[in-house]
Amino acid sequence: MKTKAEYALEVEDLSIRFPVLQSSVHAVDSLSFKVARGEVLGVVGESGCGKSVTALGIMRLLKSPPAHIVARSVRVMGRELSTLSEDSMRLVRGNDVAMIFQEPMSSLNPVLTIGEQIAETLTTHRGMSWRMSLARAVELLSLVRIPDARQRIDEYPHQLSGGMRQRVMIAMALACEPKLLIADEPTTALDVTTQAQIIRLLQELQQRFGMAVVLITHDLGVVGQMAHRVVVMYAGCKVEEGPIQEIFAAPRHPYTVGLMRSRPRLGSSVNGLRRDRLLELPGHVPTLAELSSQGCLFAPRCVLATDKCRNETPPLLGRDSNHVAACWRSDDLGSLLKPLSI
Amino acid sequence: MSRYRQLSSLFRTHPTMVIGGLILFVAFSAALLAPWLGTVDPLQIEPMKRLRPPSVSNWFGTDIFGRDVWSRVIYGGRVSLIVGAAVAVISMGVGLAIGLVSGYLRRVDRIVMRLMDAMMAIPAILLAIALMAITKPSVGNVIIAISIAEIPRVVRLARSMVLSLREEVYVQAAITTGARLPSILLRHILPNMTAPLMVQGTYIFAAAIIIEAALSFLGAGTPAEVPSWGNIIAEGRNLFLLATWIVLIPGLFLSITVLSINLVGDGLRDLLDPRFAKRI
Amino acid sequence: MIWRLIKRVLSTIPVIGLVGILVFSLLYLSPGDPAAIIAGDNATTEEVDRIRVHLGLDLPLHSQFGKWVWRLMHGDLGQSIFSSLPVQRLISQRLEPTIVLTVTTTVWVILTAIPMGLLAAWRVGTWIDRSVMALTVIGFSFPSFVIGYILIFGISVKLEWLPVQGYKPIADGFLPFLRSIILPTLTLGLVYTALVARMTRASLLEILNQDYMRTARAKGLSKTRIVLRHGLKNAAVPIITTLGAGIALLIGGVVVTESVFGIPGLGRLTVDAIVRRDYPVIQGVTLVFAVTYVFINLAVDLIYVMVDPRIQD
Repeated sequence: MKTKAEYALEVEDLSIRFPVLQSSVHAVDSLSFKVARGEVLGVVGESGCGKSVTALGIMRLLKSPPAHIVARSVRVMGRELSTLSEDSMRLVRGNDVAMIFQEPMSSLNPVLTIGEQIAETLTTHRGMSWRMSLARAVELLSLVRIPDARQRIDEYPHQLSGGMRQRVMIAMALACEPKLLIADEPTTALDVTTQAQIIRLLQELQQRFGMAVVLITHDLGVVGQMAHRVVVMYAGCKVEEGPIQEIFAAPRHPYTVGLMRSRPRLGSSVNGLRRDRLLELPGHVPTLAELSSQGCLFAPRCVLATDKCRNETPPLLGRDSNHVAACWRSDDLGSLLKPLSI
Repeated sequence: MSRYRQLSSLFRTHPTMVIGGLILFVAFSAALLAPWLGTVDPLQIEPMKRLRPPSVSNWFGTDIFGRDVWSRVIYGGRVSLIVGAAVAVISMGVGLAIGLVSGYLRRVDRIVMRLMDAMMAIPAILLAIALMAITKPSVGNVIIAISIAEIPRVVRLARSMVLSLREEVYVQAAITTGARLPSILLRHILPNMTAPLMVQGTYIFAAAIIIEAALSFLGAGTPAEVPSWGNIIAEGRNLFLLATWIVLIPGLFLSITVLSINLVGDGLRDLLDPRFAKRI
Repeated sequence: MIWRLIKRVLSTIPVIGLVGILVFSLLYLSPGDPAAIIAGDNATTEEVDRIRVHLGLDLPLHSQFGKWVWRLMHGDLGQSIFSSLPVQRLISQRLEPTIVLTVTTTVWVILTAIPMGLLAAWRVGTWIDRSVMALTVIGFSFPSFVIGYILIFGISVKLEWLPVQGYKPIADGFLPFLRSIILPTLTLGLVYTALVARMTRASLLEILNQDYMRTARAKGLSKTRIVLRHGLKNAAVPIITTLGAGIALLIGGVVVTESVFGIPGLGRLTVDAIVRRDYPVIQGVTLVFAVTYVFINLAVDLIYVMVDPRIQD
């Protein structure tokens, strides 16, 4: 009996630890979130906050050992992934869930044609013949707006530009029409103009296929363009989650405010004078070993930190369950806020 | 940490290296202490005791001239180790010098590398054989011949390291402050090359011992009067079926010595690799 | 692209020329009088003079060199001092066994060393990996003649499975040929196997850590496909490089192996020439081996172009 799953991805209490010297550190600590079907969830945070590790953990692409992954549940389209055997998991990868990575040059095999790299997902998961798979690959290349698809099939990655390679990665990921796409920093390695093109393409394809997307990035501009909801991560934990408009208009965590204020924006100067200064978040993301065991993780860098913040770890709080933040002082953030626009 | 603690923690991470080192230590000691290890004159002929298998009086038996094989093996070890060490030092020294200059001066480099490529096209053994054919056989000449054959490899390694180190920022900085070529080479580039060079040195040590033995085995190495492992095997081969110990025992000594050098070299390579910069 | 290939082929000419000059000039590196050394301690002055004339040492240097080049271009490698036969004829007589042995060994190495290296990399850290590493370090350490005698002792003497020595050409029957070639192949191939296995393992380990392997896993491809298609194809270049470079080991080892097993090939020719100090023969064989090595490297480079698409541009 098939019940229609409501969520494309449900992660409950995911923790990923790595051994360091005599003990271990949490790269990801009790992370929970859901992605509805056809929804785009942005996952933002600075480098080192655990976003990529989360994605690799969900896909079970982390080498374990040394990684130690525990979760209450990780479900894709209602199907539990954490208990699957490796062979079964392999059938899920590239098929129900696809992933694209940050560095398109090194993520494509240099000695195989791009046609083969796209087609092999189809031959593996759909049992198609090579001829049919390659034909479909040509279609997919056209879908991602690569001109002269028929010639490109026989070309090698080094013959393509960075933007085109990322399109090839997207074509590869979409080949089996996955219900969930995980995009790990898909535009970070590209120049600004290409970034915009890729994001537009992803949006189009997402709407067309009704795919859920987990969009991992540290770039709030990218998130603003594409995401429906946002999860903000800090030091391996979720510190805020909410709908995109609310997050941008009324963030409830000082870290989120800091992230947004650190973006330079066009139009922020009047008559040639800067209207506001770039905010710099003092301090650095703590190394995993430096994390203290009690109190808010962000307290050391927070201008609003009180003793309560330093002693009691705040749970996720909010006026409604739609928009929550792990902060005791969410209602006092007014002093940090100025009118913000995306 | 005390020496003992250092050694035992090294043993835990690199057991084969420590074992190799110990064997090598034993080999060197045996070579040094040869006269006191129950040996007799390795050249002493005893016509009455020819081709005796290993026994209490002759631990490794006797050869076709009645000479005590144990003594010949121990003294032969001296020759092999001396040749190996000498070749390593000479070829590393000369090769390093050439490689340093060649890596830095482009005009010199082109000629030198062509020459080295041509030399490396000739298999090392054949080059050594050809060189030995035009000189009188002696331990010294064997050392020179094998060194010449091993120099191209060292030059190549040194040169490629110089080429990459040249581009390092601190070298560029030294140039802008007016440092002269010899100073740059010696103070900035050379110290960063020591680790791979040391590893290469141990491998040359091992290779030289093998080549010397092969040369002697073929009759183109140390003269017959000088007992070397290769010589002993060469003499024993004609009667191999009658007296296997004359060939197999020195062969085993030879192989285990080289094995221990290789193990030490492998361990050194692991330890000195900056990627595995775990302090013991 | 064709132009690059032609350039590569043409570039072997200066190398071969240099090798020729090198081999020619070896004679002059002698610290003493080469004719006297070759003649030996007990030679009379007439004999020394005879050898000197034979080697052309009585002529001025430039005309010696000219004669050498002239003769080389006509395929004349000089005359044996010992037998007065043309060196070139001596070489061609002994060519077959050496070529057969070399080819058999190369095939053997490809069939054993590459899978060994692959297996070790796939199962890195396990006992399989450690066994391969142990075997290879033994291969590097035990000289071929020691291995040869150990094999002879164990297999021919004790077990009596295979003949002790000798070579039977294929024309005399396939089975006798096979039986005579097994031990020499194993002996000659050990060092080469060790080298190729290690290199294969190292290349594959490095490749398995690359980003594109992670992408391949993320696509849910089968392990076989990932290792063999994605991994091996990238490892092809370093493996082929090693196969080519290892040929030098093979050529050097031929001399010793043929000596141990009494195979009447070029190696034996060399050994006989050593004993008799028949310098022209030594020179001739050295030249032949060196030129072969240069051509093999050329072949390797040409294979690269076919295997690695990045080199084409």
